[in-house]
Amino acid sequence: MEKRELTCIGCPLGCQITVEMENGEVISVTGNTCKRGDVYARKEVTDPTRIVTSIVNVDGGTIPMVSVKTRSDIPKGKIFDCARALKGVAVQAPVHIGDVIVKDVAGTGVDVIATKNVEAAE
Amino acid sequence: MLTYDLVIVGGGPAGLAAAASAKRNGIDSIVILEREPELGGILNQCIHNGFGLHTFKEELTGPEYASRFIEQVKELGIEYRLHTMVVDIDASKKVTAMNREDGLFEIQAKAIILAMGCRERPRGALNIPGYRPAGIYSAGTAQRLVNIEGYMPGRKVVILGSGDIGLIMARRMTLEGAEVQVVAELMPYSGGLKRNIVQCLNDFDIPLKLSHTVVDIQGKERVEGITLAEVDNTGKPIPGTEEHYDCDTLLLSCGLIPENELSRGIGVDMEPVTNGPAVNESLETSVDGVFACGNVLHVHDLVDFVSEEATVAGKNAAKYIKNGGKHDEPSHPVIKMNPTGGVRYTVPKTINVDNMDDQITVRFRVGGVYKNCYVATYFDDELFSRRKRPVVAPGEMEEVKLTKEKLLAHPDLKQITIKIEEA
Amino acid sequence: MYDIIIIGAGVSGCAAARELSRYQANICVVDKEEDVCAGTSKANSAIVHAGFDAAAGSLMAKLNVLGSEMMEDLSKELDFPYKRNGALVACTHEEDMDKLQELLERGIKNGVKDLRIVDKKEAHELEPNLSDNVVAALYAPTGAIVCPFGLTIALAENAATNGVEFKLNTEVTDIVRNGENWIVKTDKGDLETKVVVNAAGVYADTFHNMVSADKIHITARRGDYCLLDKTAGDHVSHTVFQLPGKYGKGVLVTPTVHGNLLVGPTAVDVEDKESTATTRDGLDELTKKAGQAVANIPMRQVITSFAGLRAHEDGHEFIIEEVKDAKGFVDVAGIESPGLSSAPAIGVMVKDIVAKMLDLKEDPDFVPVRKGLLNPWEMDNEERTKLIKEQPAYGNIICRCEMVTEGEILDAIHRPVGARSLDGVKRRTRAGMGRCQAGFCSPRTMEILARELGMDMADITKCGGDSKFIVGTIKDKL
Repeated sequence: MEKRELTCIGCPLGCQITVEMENGEVISVTGNTCKRGDVYARKEVTDPTRIVTSIVNVDGGTIPMVSVKTRSDIPKGKIFDCARALKGVAVQAPVHIGDVIVKDVAGTGVDVIATKNVEAAE
Repeated sequence: MLTYDLVIVGGGPAGLAAAASAKRNGIDSIVILEREPELGGILNQCIHNGFGLHTFKEELTGPEYASRFIEQVKELGIEYRLHTMVVDIDASKKVTAMNREDGLFEIQAKAIILAMGCRERPRGALNIPGYRPAGIYSAGTAQRLVNIEGYMPGRKVVILGSGDIGLIMARRMTLEGAEVQVVAELMPYSGGLKRNIVQCLNDFDIPLKLSHTVVDIQGKERVEGITLAEVDNTGKPIPGTEEHYDCDTLLLSCGLIPENELSRGIGVDMEPVTNGPAVNESLETSVDGVFACGNVLHVHDLVDFVSEEATVAGKNAAKYIKNGGKHDEPSHPVIKMNPTGGVRYTVPKTINVDNMDDQITVRFRVGGVYKNCYVATYFDDELFSRRKRPVVAPGEMEEVKLTKEKLLAHPDLKQITIKIEEA
Repeated sequence: MYDIIIIGAGVSGCAAARELSRYQANICVVDKEEDVCAGTSKANSAIVHAGFDAAAGSLMAKLNVLGSEMMEDLSKELDFPYKRNGALVACTHEEDMDKLQELLERGIKNGVKDLRIVDKKEAHELEPNLSDNVVAALYAPTGAIVCPFGLTIALAENAATNGVEFKLNTEVTDIVRNGENWIVKTDKGDLETKVVVNAAGVYADTFHNMVSADKIHITARRGDYCLLDKTAGDHVSHTVFQLPGKYGKGVLVTPTVHGNLLVGPTAVDVEDKESTATTRDGLDELTKKAGQAVANIPMRQVITSFAGLRAHEDGHEFIIEEVKDAKGFVDVAGIESPGLSSAPAIGVMVKDIVAKMLDLKEDPDFVPVRKGLLNPWEMDNEERTKLIKEQPAYGNIICRCEMVTEGEILDAIHRPVGARSLDGVKRRTRAGMGRCQAGFCSPRTMEILARELGMDMADITKCGGDSKFIVGTIKDKL
């Protein structure tokens, strides 16, 4: 049996949760004070995911960089692959919130999209 | 001289929400004065996600959250001036501002909302000994250099202070290719959100050293290393616990200070605990018609609450203007808030029941970590409510909601005490 | 071939350069740092001492009193911040009263005007925040405060306007004879000159000892200081010294010309002449000692701390003379406190020595006045709006704490011996010197420097050398 210790991020409380696992299956979740903790812990030990945010260069814009994010969460193990995939990426202004910057980043099936509007420089 | 009903100083989250609220409450003559080249304030450099869960029920990045409010302000046709620095406000509500196009100009306002935000505590204020080389940045300065300008301010980083900006920058620097060696925190607990400790430090195996501080900075031109030491329970370094770290960068995330130079210039009464103005139930300062909201009033953890607070300030400013720039005589005694027993302050400091909405949110912070405690509210000496809390901590703002109905049921109420009671 | 090379662009070197620029001569100031005023001159008490401290009959005493008398006129001629705020030497123990009396008598001997002892009551009337244990004080109405950067930079700019060349980032490695002349060897090549003026601060012994058999020795004596926010600036209005007594030497508490409060210095002899790191002990000592003469100093309002090195010569006396066994080599050595106060007189003394040696002729085109940076806050709103219409950069605030505009920063960069680094801009404009200590403005000041000097952002420094801010661009090492 494997034991995993987690800090719940569901709320400011930050419950210390213990998950007991066997052969990749969750046997028990303890230490949480609410249902959200249980859901978080089960996901975190089996399929941890994160939204990745970063910035890329903008050409011809009013500002030099535009902020971006993965449209949805990607596997935690792919965070650095995602960051590396954004290295050297430059987009042409104008850019709008939601514009796809990189399709299917690092083979995750998730697009990286702009999170800021950048108008073209006059 | 220009005249506006309402001048809002600052176009960050507080100023934007206050403007939208005032407009929706019937004020047309509004101008936002913003010193930066764009609206949105510090959110523009907070490119991480986690904003807006309370307000929009979805997780947004800082620029996205800002843009929601910027769009509202634009749709409502609210005027704003960018690159515009307010240099003075007097008690008659004359605002002096400056920009490249208009020079130095004055605006006579009927009401003013202060929404200037806050700044970071610099190294000097921490009195860390050692050299004064390049490579020491407040976390927010580094955040601007990385997120807005695309520069790397360093390669090997030590962070002092586990406030949220410090934690967020630990992850940002890591994802941009820097090596973050350690985050040190003077206090025995972190001032940052749990979520940030997990996702910004634990995810990248960055150690968090509680009860530690920087005791020396090496390197005359550029940082070459720093020395950390453990501190005792009075915050004094313990000899013999020194540890050296080779690094070229020290980021400081050691607290935020409301920027109230303008407020002091007006002559508003200040609250020493928050470093912000003392305000009443309308979020109005001691100077009639001057309101305050957001981080200039007290430093918040969540922007959602800034927006909420600013909405209240905007509504009350509108009410004041529509009432001809005056207040009606109160029909009840003004209730004094009495923070005690672990509660460091409250916003507001006083409540005039006549002027309040149906419900008011009293926000406060505690002075230490309390587990399994109660947040107790007393109306004069009578217990009004006792809410059980598994944990309260200085890093998380707390609140108590009071309804007008309940307050009116106590017509002679003079003082409301809020305190932490241990179980 | 130069007539005169001055080693050291501190206040003494710049004062000498400015006075010598009255003559027709080919003059060069050489300094290893990237800016003038980068050593002892930048980190001190910023005080113009009245002159009661130095031993009667010493050169220190003579030049201090003279310099102090000259400073006000010079501040008008060269447009730098100066204020005669008066000084108090606080006596906190009855048994030290004889020492106070001694100080008074020495001051009178030195020629300090209007000096007198005030009793407890009058002392507290003059300075309400004196601590209650102050029993009497020596009152020196001629004591003053000055901006040390303002003074040094003003001298340098005026010297440059009058033809003096400044070779910064240039380290002197050796000085050798070439017939009657000197070859000053530097990391940027050899320079030949008839006369060398050695105004090298803590390194003056190094250069002296290169050319003379009669060795001198200078100790770097470190002093830690704390600078407090402007909200604490009016805690005292006079410069308050503690009378050195049986409980040791105290620290001073003084307003600065810019409205901050300064507390310091400590005194620790250090081996390393670059060792300007503050220490925990030093800062703790300041906090402890400052309260002895002045009550309730709001030490929580500290915005920065720094350390400076005094150039203490073993004999504790200024050495300003042609070195006996090195003709054409003039020492300006051992310039520790009251060096800043004495600077105007030191300049004149060096001028007299060198002009005589070289039989220099006055330059009819000498420009005696220098206008400082335009300060928009001295204008009324109408003038200011007109200025902004003509030069919009004056409408763009860069440093919000000190309210410094882009216009002032451009001025600081483009004037003679202009700013090349963030510290250079800071010392000329005060951008970054306020309560946020450059947190907000440093990225913007860096951009302006890069743009105006045609430099890459990565090459912008805090204070020259390797003090760079930017090490690369995002993801460059991923």
